[in-house]
Amino acid sequence: MDTQYSLSREDWSLHRKGYLDQQRHQEKVREAIKKNLPQIITEESIIMGKGKKVVRVPIRSLEEYHFRFNYNQGRNVGQGSGGTQKGTVIGREAPDGAGKGPGAGDQPGVDYYEAEVTLEEVQEMLFRDLELPNLQEKKKPILASPTYEFRDVRRKGLMGNLDKKRTLLENLKRNAMKGKLFIGGIIPEDLRFKTWEEKMRYETSAVVLAMMDTSGSMGTYEKYIARTFFFWMVRFLRSKYQQVEIVFIAHHTQAREVTEEEFFAKGESGGTRCSSAYQLALEIIDKRYPPADYNIYPFHFTDGDNLPSDNETCLEAVQLLLPKVNLLGYGEIVNPYYRTSTLMNVLKRIKDERLVTVAIKDKSEVYQALRQFFAGARGRESGGTRI
Amino acid sequence: MEQEFKALAKAIEAIHDQARKFGLDFFPMRFELCPADVIYAFSAYGMPTRFTHWTFGKHFYKMKLQYDFNLSRIYELVINSNPCYAFLLEGNDLIQNKLVIAHVFAHSDFFKNNVHFAPTSRQMVETMAVHAAKIREYEFKYGHREVEIFLDAALSIQEHIEPPAVFPVAEEEGEKEKGPSRPPETPYDDLWALDGKPKEQPRERIRKIPPRPTKDMLAFIMNNSPELEDWQRDILAIVREEMRYFWPQMETKIINEGWATYWHARIMRELDLTEEETIEFAHLHASVSQPGKMQINPYYVGSKIFEDIEKRWDNPSQEEREKYGRKGGEGRAKIFEVRTCENDISFLRNYLTRELVEELDLFLYQKVGSEWVVVEKDWEKVRDGLVGRLTNCGFPYIVVEDGDYQRRGELYLKHCYEGLELDVPYLEKTLPYVYLLWGRPVHLETVIDGKTAVFSYDGKKNSRR
Repeated sequence: MDTQYSLSREDWSLHRKGYLDQQRHQEKVREAIKKNLPQIITEESIIMGKGKKVVRVPIRSLEEYHFRFNYNQGRNVGQGSGGTQKGTVIGREAPDGAGKGPGAGDQPGVDYYEAEVTLEEVQEMLFRDLELPNLQEKKKPILASPTYEFRDVRRKGLMGNLDKKRTLLENLKRNAMKGKLFIGGIIPEDLRFKTWEEKMRYETSAVVLAMMDTSGSMGTYEKYIARTFFFWMVRFLRSKYQQVEIVFIAHHTQAREVTEEEFFAKGESGGTRCSSAYQLALEIIDKRYPPADYNIYPFHFTDGDNLPSDNETCLEAVQLLLPKVNLLGYGEIVNPYYRTSTLMNVLKRIKDERLVTVAIKDKSEVYQALRQFFAGARGRESGGTRI
Repeated sequence: MEQEFKALAKAIEAIHDQARKFGLDFFPMRFELCPADVIYAFSAYGMPTRFTHWTFGKHFYKMKLQYDFNLSRIYELVINSNPCYAFLLEGNDLIQNKLVIAHVFAHSDFFKNNVHFAPTSRQMVETMAVHAAKIREYEFKYGHREVEIFLDAALSIQEHIEPPAVFPVAEEEGEKEKGPSRPPETPYDDLWALDGKPKEQPRERIRKIPPRPTKDMLAFIMNNSPELEDWQRDILAIVREEMRYFWPQMETKIINEGWATYWHARIMRELDLTEEETIEFAHLHASVSQPGKMQINPYYVGSKIFEDIEKRWDNPSQEEREKYGRKGGEGRAKIFEVRTCENDISFLRNYLTRELVEELDLFLYQKVGSEWVVVEKDWEKVRDGLVGRLTNCGFPYIVVEDGDYQRRGELYLKHCYEGLELDVPYLEKTLPYVYLLWGRPVHLETVIDGKTAVFSYDGKKNSRR
């Protein structure tokens, strides 16, 4: 009779199947993220999640689709601890509205697969093809900070900088020359000291002049698009420059410098005079950011609803700005029912590769806009303006 | 470590003897002690030797994460095979493993004796290894991506098979010719027909494919799709065979877990446990059989039903004695009979009584607005609701109506609507997979908002009418 039972323990360390398929799954997650970048970069969890390193993004292509019931409709069987009555509420939808039912796992209601990605990963994929147009070597580095590097060894120095390893080696060498193999009897000749050199570190800097129309016609949605754009722009510039400053300029008929919070939160009413923002930008550049020292990136977001009489003034101001900046961006968040505005048409008369204009119709076009602004000459071959 | 291993071997011996004494009849048992990630991998794949696919990796990752965060734990994994393999978790302490071992002996008894498992192959560990090797070979030959994309499609309809029949019916050969069905009883029978001209039944010339609607979508596509290469047909056959192996496990979740829970409790009670062990066992048993709120706990409900059956057949009421002729004292024999004959649906239909529904406080709930609300307490409706959820293992019942729809070679599927709608976004994402397998436009008929709706995918876009 063969054994009816047995117990064994084997070496499972080579059983890697789960990990290998997990890796393939992760690969697919990354592919999916790449494919969905336009959606992902406008995810609120990224833009609004202040400083959060890991963000959860929905990835719909990694669902395992099959024919299934609509679980929100059906009746399910549950179990109480006694005395449950008709009408008892046994669960509530999570307030974050993610469509999650209680009792996670394979329970009904989880609508899509969420992957966790770090901001860095998204950033890396997003920025891979972007480059800085018209990057200019600034002659006078504005910020030169001294740094210290230990690069040399000397026989004299401060005891605090004693290089113990080299000292012991010297001692060993000296003893060995006398035919004795030991460490000990250190005398002043053995001592070695680390010595530093002072170096100047040159920093490049950039400044972003974020200009936005805060007139009545710019709603939360338009501002969110602008905000998304600025969020990635600043991150991108930070990856290229050691120092990036941002100046926020809000305008309606008049422009003024505001804090970031005011910039995104505050809504004002009234008409629109875009030239006011350009003029203020000129002033700020002249006063604080000499073009010789700074890479300057003014970006202006508006819905294009400018006072017609102001258009020519804008044209002049923009022409004054252009020689001083690396890139001047004009983004128009268009109402789907509008064609491009008169201001856009006026600006298009300027033939200067430092001026980039785009029209953004919805959230997913932020990605396109970023690529147009930053894709260098390559990306803009197909024409600067999309309508 | 070595000592632990010896103690475990000793425990297996004791539990084995006790299980035999109770009359459990199991396959020879092969216990393996494994690290957690191996058990979780097996569990994600359903079988240690199964083929590789990223979806298994996804499940493995999810389960492993829950284990790492101490959110859930798999204690064992047992495979329906002969000999029966059972994998024990290395990190379990002795008493946990004892409970698990007792539990596993009962599962093995169930696999061996339940009639729904009778048609399953007991060499599936080896078969799946062969399948995996074949798929690996196809990956090598036709490209990893190519095979992966095809598997994505095949797995998307894997539930749509004909489960293995418990009592196989002889396959009917197409449409039988319609002739006289009764053999003549007397040599003069033909006299009856003299009155009228024998009716020339115009035989239907149009051969429908399939002759009558078939539930076995995988087999139908495998046999009739004009697009597929041999290796692709083979992959469909593999997916189908594996699903047919898993199917009985899916339709005996409650009864099988209930059976194992019933027995692990009884076996453990007979063992020589120390005081601490007894307390830990009680704690563990309680956590396993904890009632679930949003879904029933199969361990708990199943074992409760078995206990109730035993009680009712041991001490039948006066009425039961008179009406059904129950003699009393037949509890054990009865539960062994139940474990042989029933699956979840028949188990609940036959033995989930009014008293049990009330005692277990079962109810039906539904989503109302953003809340889940209890909507039904009536025992019959609760029982029928539960049975309804388990029908076709909880998958929509979809049949292939026509493989040559509108004479254009298009595939027409029909959902047999029974009051529960399909998930439309999911359905629209699944149709392209079916298209990939069929190679021509595919249609699915179902009911949305009380009206018949046909969803189609033509290779470019979804449409609905």
